[in-house]
Amino acid sequence: MSGPSDYQPTNPAVKWIERRLPIFGLMHSSFVAYPTPRNLNYWWTFGAILSMMLGVQIVTGVILAMHYTPEASVAFRSVESIVRDVNYGWLLRNMHASGASMFFLAVYVHMFRGLYYGSYKEPREVLWILGVIIYLLMMATGFMGYVLPWGQMSFWGATVITNLFSAVPYVGDSIVTLLWGGYSVGNPTLNRFFSLHYLLPFVIAGVVVLHVWALHVAGQNNPAGVEAKTEKDTVPFTPYATIKDGFGVSCFLLFFAWFIFYMPNYLGDADNYIPANPGVTPAHIVPEWYYLPFYAILRSIPNKLAGVTAMFAAIIVLAFLPWLDSARTRSSRYRPLAKQFFWIFVVVCVLLGYLGAQPPEGIYVIAGRILTFCYFAYFLILLPLLSRIEKPRPIPNSIADDVLAKYGSKSAVSTVIVLALAGALFAGSAQNARAEEEATPPSQKWSFAGPFGTFDRGAMQRGLKVYKEVCSACHALSYIAFRNLADPGGPGYTAAQATAFAGEYKIKDGPNDQGEMFERPGRPADYFPSPFPNEQAARAANGGALPPDLSLITKARSYERGFPKFVFDFFSTFQEQGPNYVDAILQGFEDKPPAGVTIPEGSYYNKYFPGHSIKMPKPLSDGQVTFDDGSPATVAQYAKDVTTFLMWAAEPHMEARKRLGLQVFVFLIIFAGLMYFTKKKVWADAH
Amino acid sequence: MTTASSAEPTRRDFLFVATGAAAAVGGVVTLWPFISQMNPDASTIAAGAPIEVDLAPIASGQDIKVFWRGKPIYIMNRTKKQVDEARAVPVASLPDPATDQSRVKEGHDQWLVVIGICTHLGCIPIAHEGNYDGFFCPCHGSQYDSSGRIRQGPAPANLPVPPYQFVSDSKIQIG
Repeated sequence: MSGPSDYQPTNPAVKWIERRLPIFGLMHSSFVAYPTPRNLNYWWTFGAILSMMLGVQIVTGVILAMHYTPEASVAFRSVESIVRDVNYGWLLRNMHASGASMFFLAVYVHMFRGLYYGSYKEPREVLWILGVIIYLLMMATGFMGYVLPWGQMSFWGATVITNLFSAVPYVGDSIVTLLWGGYSVGNPTLNRFFSLHYLLPFVIAGVVVLHVWALHVAGQNNPAGVEAKTEKDTVPFTPYATIKDGFGVSCFLLFFAWFIFYMPNYLGDADNYIPANPGVTPAHIVPEWYYLPFYAILRSIPNKLAGVTAMFAAIIVLAFLPWLDSARTRSSRYRPLAKQFFWIFVVVCVLLGYLGAQPPEGIYVIAGRILTFCYFAYFLILLPLLSRIEKPRPIPNSIADDVLAKYGSKSAVSTVIVLALAGALFAGSAQNARAEEEATPPSQKWSFAGPFGTFDRGAMQRGLKVYKEVCSACHALSYIAFRNLADPGGPGYTAAQATAFAGEYKIKDGPNDQGEMFERPGRPADYFPSPFPNEQAARAANGGALPPDLSLITKARSYERGFPKFVFDFFSTFQEQGPNYVDAILQGFEDKPPAGVTIPEGSYYNKYFPGHSIKMPKPLSDGQVTFDDGSPATVAQYAKDVTTFLMWAAEPHMEARKRLGLQVFVFLIIFAGLMYFTKKKVWADAH
Repeated sequence: MTTASSAEPTRRDFLFVATGAAAAVGGVVTLWPFISQMNPDASTIAAGAPIEVDLAPIASGQDIKVFWRGKPIYIMNRTKKQVDEARAVPVASLPDPATDQSRVKEGHDQWLVVIGICTHLGCIPIAHEGNYDGFFCPCHGSQYDSSGRIRQGPAPANLPVPPYQFVSDSKIQIG
């Protein structure tokens, strides 16, 4: 499209290199002089957004790999130490984890845009197929990345997804064994997933280069779907597209930063804060939101092989789109029927995503089947049919004509609405997977809630006392070191106080010069000792139940918020399901179970515990712990204080996160504003 | 982008400069977490806290090696001969002049505490070897005397003395 470059360098050094390797000319013709249609709308900035996201993921990923240990027994802990101990580790991890979601969100927008404007049609078939390959690679990369933290969802996600291949006739089991490197998902699996998760992004980057190359050969499609013919139809890439992409990117960064700084766990699953346990499957296995539509297709077909085939077919069918839709008119703007069906298709995908997060029972199964049919019907029946029977409206003669016609932005508005709704629905539905019959824990008022929330120091100090005097008899707190008590944003002790606190504990150390283990007073660098030497001892002492480590308990527990609450949660930054649950459990004991409920011997009735039968006896009673600051010695006060303390234990850098978030937002809002006006100025002479 | 012909800065130029400056500042500030993460993390720093070493088991003429912050520390109980040798040398003749007194704690003159890392390229010198009754580095042949001072070979400086103090007559705290 751009032809031989007319790039004429003046700098002698550049000239010297240019004669030997014309890389500056290549850059100039690709990203400066490259003619770009002048009628592109903001949906076209998602290409730049995706490039940025790939860069963000690679940079943060390479850094995380510097601190992560891909070994099954320490992987979970190494992720926690990244978040707790590495400088800005929490920021880098949030960027990478939310970044994956943002990457997929952007790629879906990019794909739907291509679908709407017919960007896959001749001569852009190869460009489109390269895109489908990138998408497949992204799915593989995202899946393997999700396995690395080695939490419950990581482990069981890996198990379920690798088992998909067992559906292959004859050799299925051998393939699965090959993938695992063992008889089940284990350390070899984790190691190879780590290796591949590091490799694939670079493969993606390579295919992206091909994708951009193909794009620059065929030229960009545009909302009118007519090819650029004259100079009047195009503007140079720089400054016009560059500045517009820059503005799009800065707006997207605002959205991204909201997740990084205020909703880091909104798109995640609480179960992944529980270390992988090969003996217990979580009640609901839910993949990350971006796989949900395909997961719904998988589950809606009652035959294993057929289900797996359908799931993969749902992606592969995209590669055949250029031939399934043979209509000559590219843009759906001028295809009255295709346009309507496009939006129906978007809704089908969103609903499939919603169903993917629901338990596979009752009405959900039937709805899933109908929508699966609709999904395939769109590609295999509707598009081929439409391209034969639909009578398109007249298309503009040229892009310049289209710009003069000033096409309304009605569709843009409706797209935004649909996408916002879709995002919220997906995000919320990912958290839906909880047993429903339990009473929902009441929402408490927490000092640390909201974008400006901070921990109540008094509550944390009292909570530490409650933990030390009551909970620590059975529950470990093994991710917290005594030094953390003096950390900024923590319970507010001085380093000397933390040292003194540590000194009250006996820590097992050794071996000494005689080869014997010995006990010594704790030091700030030591971690809270566990009450039991091992899991078996803990179970033996607690009627077979393992008292969970409390370090992450407030992030590892959640409950369903339901529609439409989870939509509002996104804006109000409500993330306190965990604390509400812990608080409710501590107060939810009742001496007599309600009529009709029988509790087995050795268990106790708790209103908020899933299944109501809990092995932990009522731990707190009024007057059990005395506070020096005059706070009431009541169960409600204990529960609130210890939960506040445990919330800090689960996320010790929360205050730093919110503080930095505010600074980043102030900057990004100013920057996006500047970008907007700069863009307007630059484009002023193009119209 | 900007018009070079206009002699006076325009509002348009100001906007472009402001946007470019904001992007540059944002980019540079964003770099900081990505660089800072390379520094030792909090657990590594905490593990580098001072350690106490009991000197009672070390007989005269013997030495032990302990680790502090991942570095080997030689603690040598020097004989009278070693101390005398170290103090007999004219300080001015040394490559890295320092008196033996400045390298030990007063009143504990027989105790030499040095970081056992050759100042040449980081190998571990062997104690009680070489021509000076001190340390000999097998990598490139640097020789240190009984005060840990460089006497011969490519190393440029004496073995450094780590921060330490005597908490009792037979116990030191390193760090």
